[in-house]
Amino acid sequence: MATSTLAKAAEDITAAPHAARIEHVSKSFATPAGQQLVLDDITLDVAPGEFVTLLGASGCGKSTLLNLVAGLDKPSAGDIATDGRPALMFQEHALFPWLTAGKNIELALKLRGIAKAERRERAEELLGLVRLQGAYGKRVHELSGGMRQRVALARALAQDAKILLMDEPFAALDAITRDVLHDELTRIWSETNVSVLFVTHNVREAVRLAERVVLLSSRPGRVAHEWRVDIPHPRRIEDSAVAELSVEITEQLRGEIRRHGQH
Amino acid sequence: MASTDTPVGKTEVDKGARDGGRDSNQDLAGLEAGLDALDAVQSRRVPFRQTFVKKILPPVTAVVLVLVVWQILVWAKVTDSYKLPAPSVVWDEVEEAWLQGTLLEYIWTSVSRGLLGFLMALAIGTPLGLIVARVRFIRAAIGPILSGLQSLPSVAWVPPAVIWLGLNDQMMYAVILLGAVPSIANGLVAGVDQVPPLFLRAGRTLGATGLRHTWHIVMPAALPGYLAGLKQGWAFSWRSLMAAEIIAQSPDLGMGLGQLLEAGRTNSSMSQVFFAILLILVVGIAIDLLIFSPLERRVLRSRGLLARS
Repeated sequence: MATSTLAKAAEDITAAPHAARIEHVSKSFATPAGQQLVLDDITLDVAPGEFVTLLGASGCGKSTLLNLVAGLDKPSAGDIATDGRPALMFQEHALFPWLTAGKNIELALKLRGIAKAERRERAEELLGLVRLQGAYGKRVHELSGGMRQRVALARALAQDAKILLMDEPFAALDAITRDVLHDELTRIWSETNVSVLFVTHNVREAVRLAERVVLLSSRPGRVAHEWRVDIPHPRRIEDSAVAELSVEITEQLRGEIRRHGQH
Repeated sequence: MASTDTPVGKTEVDKGARDGGRDSNQDLAGLEAGLDALDAVQSRRVPFRQTFVKKILPPVTAVVLVLVVWQILVWAKVTDSYKLPAPSVVWDEVEEAWLQGTLLEYIWTSVSRGLLGFLMALAIGTPLGLIVARVRFIRAAIGPILSGLQSLPSVAWVPPAVIWLGLNDQMMYAVILLGAVPSIANGLVAGVDQVPPLFLRAGRTLGATGLRHTWHIVMPAALPGYLAGLKQGWAFSWRSLMAAEIIAQSPDLGMGLGQLLEAGRTNSSMSQVFFAILLILVVGIAIDLLIFSPLERRVLRSRGLLARS
């Protein structure tokens, strides 16, 4: 399906709706040492069907920002608007171990108000989408790490959200599986027209997946730089174009990190 | 990605590098199937011989050993025979009670009381535990008392229960409830406390709030802790009941295992005392083995929390 690319073609229309709009958002937490500013005046839009990665070293508040967009926490200042309730995927699969893979997906459908008769069929469809046709009755512990994350992806997709938030979802997987899931995510993203806001600290992962990479500085998190990634799909992690851009971004990232060592 | 419906602009630049772009979707599916097969968790049935050697043989050996030592002590005449009857004499008591038809009557009198009391404790302890776990004010108010009550021996409740309610079944049930409700409630509170925050967040992002959150996320996630509480609740019910039966003697109360034990003492019949203790022990273990352990194992196994041995 070319829908996501069509949306991208219409990108220059500034009045286009947004999957997520983050405007001048700041967030501070109370610590024994006083208020600590974690996010400072972040402004970021995600267009419908767009794939954006948020990149940053530790302490840049990536996960905090994602929690704010997911509505699990409130910003100290600024506004966040999303097109419907976002779906969220974590680094841990967060599947419920008391349910089978299929029932995990059905619970998401049920909480969305889908009628019982439809749920089973929808769940099988979603499992098919992540290529786990036979896994409906499998318990979570019977699945491998990569399969669990695919079920978690299917469960997130079951929410039928306009935007999918992903918090380092592949960080805990082995390199081979991660590489395969990158392909898988790209395929599903292009087939489903969902917007993705993907948090990572892995530069190559960011470049390989995204249409746009946003670099956050650390302590407090600010938007430091932004790159548009025009490398055609399918991409490989070892592609020279991916490597070139990664080198450029890594330089910037290191510059940001170095600033913290100077005082 | 590079299937036929991908826009031309996206793939044409790549043609040279990856001519098989059209097949890459197929490749990916095959690759994934391979990874899944390699990673699949193997499970197999444990052969009976292994179960027998690992699970059945050790406890049987232990019991036989105890009987042997017991018999040796009797043969060695370490003490008077009225203080230490031979195993065979105790067995004669069992046989006699069986032939007279009173054996099952003793057991049923106590077990029916114990189970009914336990079910009442379940009905009270479950909502109580849920409220204590979820409502901060109530937790602060009665949480410490509830866990403190667990360390109070339930036999302490027998004298007040007798004064309040008299020598009857109500008094027995009151003692059981006071012993078992705190265990069950505390088990549930511990279970809820141990629910990983990740599940709560995941539930919330899926749109579960309020009662639906409690029903679909909190309760099933807390089930292992709750079951552990039930198991302990049964042990406390049984103990409380025995304490009550030993102390409260009345013809109206019938002959339960506790009364049997106390009757043995007044008759100075050590073999009857041993017989009663044996029955109390066997019934307690049997209920645990027949009801609670299988339930707990099933829940833990279905969640992959039980390592197969």
